[in-house]
Amino acid sequence: MPQILMPALSPTMEEGKLAKWVVKVGDQVKSGDVLAEIETDKATMEVESVDEGTVSEILVEEGTEGVKVNTPIAVVLAEGESASEAAAPVAETAPEPAEAPVAAAEKAAETAPAAAAVPAAPKFEPQADPDLPEGVEMVEMTVRQALNEAMAEELRRDKDVFIMGEEVAEYQGAYKITQGLLQEFGKERVIDTPITEHGFAGLAVGAAFAGLKPVVEFMTWNFAMQAIDQIINSAAKQLYMSGGQVKAPMVFRGPNGAAARVGAQHSQDYSAWYSHVPGLTVIAPYSAADAKGLLKAAIRSPNPVVFLENEILYGSTGLVPQVEDFVLPIGKARIARKGADVTVVSFSMGMRYATQATEKLVAAGVDVELIDLRTLRPLDSDTVIESVKKTGRLVTVEEGWPQGGIGAELSARVMEEAFDYLDAPVMRVTGKDVPMPYAANLEKLALPNVDEVIAAVNAVTYRS
Amino acid sequence: MARKATATKAKTQPNVPQFTQEQELEAFREMLLIRRFEEKAGQMYGMGLIGGFCHLYIGQEAVVTGITMASEKGKDAQITGYRDHGHMLVMGLDPKGVMAELTGRQGGLSKGKGGSMHMFSNEHRFYGGNGIVGAQASLGTGLAFASKYTGDGSVSITYFGDGAANQGQVYESFNMAKLWNLPVVYIIENNKYAMGTSTERSSATTDFSMRGASFNIPGEQVDGMDVRMVYDAAQRAIEHARSGKGPYILEMLTYRYRGHSMSDPAKYRSKDEVTKYRQERDPIEQVRARLLEGGSITEEELKKIETDIRAVVTEAADFATNDPEPDASELWTDITIKA
Repeated sequence: MPQILMPALSPTMEEGKLAKWVVKVGDQVKSGDVLAEIETDKATMEVESVDEGTVSEILVEEGTEGVKVNTPIAVVLAEGESASEAAAPVAETAPEPAEAPVAAAEKAAETAPAAAAVPAAPKFEPQADPDLPEGVEMVEMTVRQALNEAMAEELRRDKDVFIMGEEVAEYQGAYKITQGLLQEFGKERVIDTPITEHGFAGLAVGAAFAGLKPVVEFMTWNFAMQAIDQIINSAAKQLYMSGGQVKAPMVFRGPNGAAARVGAQHSQDYSAWYSHVPGLTVIAPYSAADAKGLLKAAIRSPNPVVFLENEILYGSTGLVPQVEDFVLPIGKARIARKGADVTVVSFSMGMRYATQATEKLVAAGVDVELIDLRTLRPLDSDTVIESVKKTGRLVTVEEGWPQGGIGAELSARVMEEAFDYLDAPVMRVTGKDVPMPYAANLEKLALPNVDEVIAAVNAVTYRS
Repeated sequence: MARKATATKAKTQPNVPQFTQEQELEAFREMLLIRRFEEKAGQMYGMGLIGGFCHLYIGQEAVVTGITMASEKGKDAQITGYRDHGHMLVMGLDPKGVMAELTGRQGGLSKGKGGSMHMFSNEHRFYGGNGIVGAQASLGTGLAFASKYTGDGSVSITYFGDGAANQGQVYESFNMAKLWNLPVVYIIENNKYAMGTSTERSSATTDFSMRGASFNIPGEQVDGMDVRMVYDAAQRAIEHARSGKGPYILEMLTYRYRGHSMSDPAKYRSKDEVTKYRQERDPIEQVRARLLEGGSITEEELKKIETDIRAVVTEAADFATNDPEPDASELWTDITIKA
């Protein structure tokens, strides 16, 4: 292509000043030679030659202002080309690249009003929990034991699964979730890391790119702030950025939310943060059975999973079915109690407040339907919407902050999909909009509680 | 000349290693392909066909070329930052697919969804294409971890720049890599400027080959403008990693001719400095001069190679210009995998 075009030198440049010609007609130029200098309001830059040849014509004088991007500014003839030969293709071919972006823009403008041209997001359809065999033995165990069993079973099942984190091996886990794993699976697969969250999270993502299935334990999710770049920028987006080629099948897990009296930097609920991110799966179980069945599902998932546990719940007990391979579907909410008067939705530690409130409300004659989301992304809207269509009322309960929280998201979805069914505004019970205070009394005030849930239910059922 | 600035025992390096004519020609072809491809990319950016950021590799061609020549193609993994076009071309990815990704078309390596900074290939074991400065140091250490875990004998070749070398996770990764003796070669491409900040203004110590010293990771400073020196050092480093001795650092002293990205006028350095590199140290001109000096190859034969490469680049540019944009339905694909 013998024509030299006015180049765009930044994502936003539309025109510029041709400040200076460094070559003159008759000069020989080769790739990389500076031809001219161009000025915009931001900078001066050089135009380099891409082709080899002789400068045969200068089309725009130096000093010309407002030269539009893609305007021909000079003609460089390659060896053997003559000016007359060049003239014809110049006229025919040159305008094309110049017009292409314009044409594209016009086309975009034409189609712009048709906003429907954005294809609809595919609908997520959750699977139901597997049926348990009749008379299955239910064993009482702590959430801690359930998580431990889930990891041990998956480590046995798949040699590509390994666990890494701080104190997961020799120390047996800061919260003893990995107890005994080192002894059974060895130090090649149960790996103590330095205190180096950003580094080992990135290392694990790299190992997942190469086909392994890492389980990364963060001593708490608060420390994963060091690693959030790798979780979101590397793990969550990789599949999309690679056009579906490179996967990150892995689990990031650890305790999330407030513990007790550990202050602002160690008491934070990341549920809403991670649930915001396409590409991630986010799970936050409450019961021991869900902890086991969903952690096994998370480890088998081909996607990066953020698995949010809760320190206070580690010691709580529940019945876990003793079946060969207890795996629960990701993305399915669980109806903890069927009811007709009001829908209460929660997850993880919030379920403790919601459950206790439900017991009192039922005793007082309010027929509560209680839903445990279990998975936060993909979010099982259907179960919530169906329930609200029946009850006409929704209360959400979570430990996290109100703005942009899970309750805010549910509220928006109910407005969009079940507005006409609502008999009262949606109410949210959340952690208060403050960093977690250390003082015992203040901490108590900052967290949601059973009375607040009861008050919200009373408000939406007009009983107060 | 390579210097062994090592935390372990220093060893005297041999004089400049000699290439066979075949190796010289291979290096010439690969480097010229990168040069012409990048020049074309720069031109297409100027025409509005490539958007956003576009970081060209012009000037640094000898680094990725020499290292890839010393690696096992298809077995050893490579990962780098956002200045990634040259890596893919030398690793054997189709120039059409690379260019079409730059223009955001459906035939791009990431279906047009990644862009200049995000291209990958499982088949060629190229893991990107990473936009966050320094992230690839940890990710590349993970590729090495997987190699050791599975025992597949591969080495992870992890590139990052002098700017990334000051990121915290680089040292977290160095520590783990040596602690577990992972087969990783860290290539620090020192082109003297982290965007517009010179190494002198950004780094307390500018000998990056020594950055692994406190972890007992051996390091060498290498003339990254001479493909033979790069190749020679890479052979040593890769052999070290593959044999189970753990990580190795190669600091490549190199230079980028263009700005940090297309929209960087590069006013933080003198014109003389750039001109001096181009005229006296250019990696491609060095090979060309040696080939002609040897006398066994003629100017015409080299010209033929250049014409062939120009044709490949033109074909890639035409494809990337005419290939359609991805279908709108691609908006919702590749977010998660249906289990």
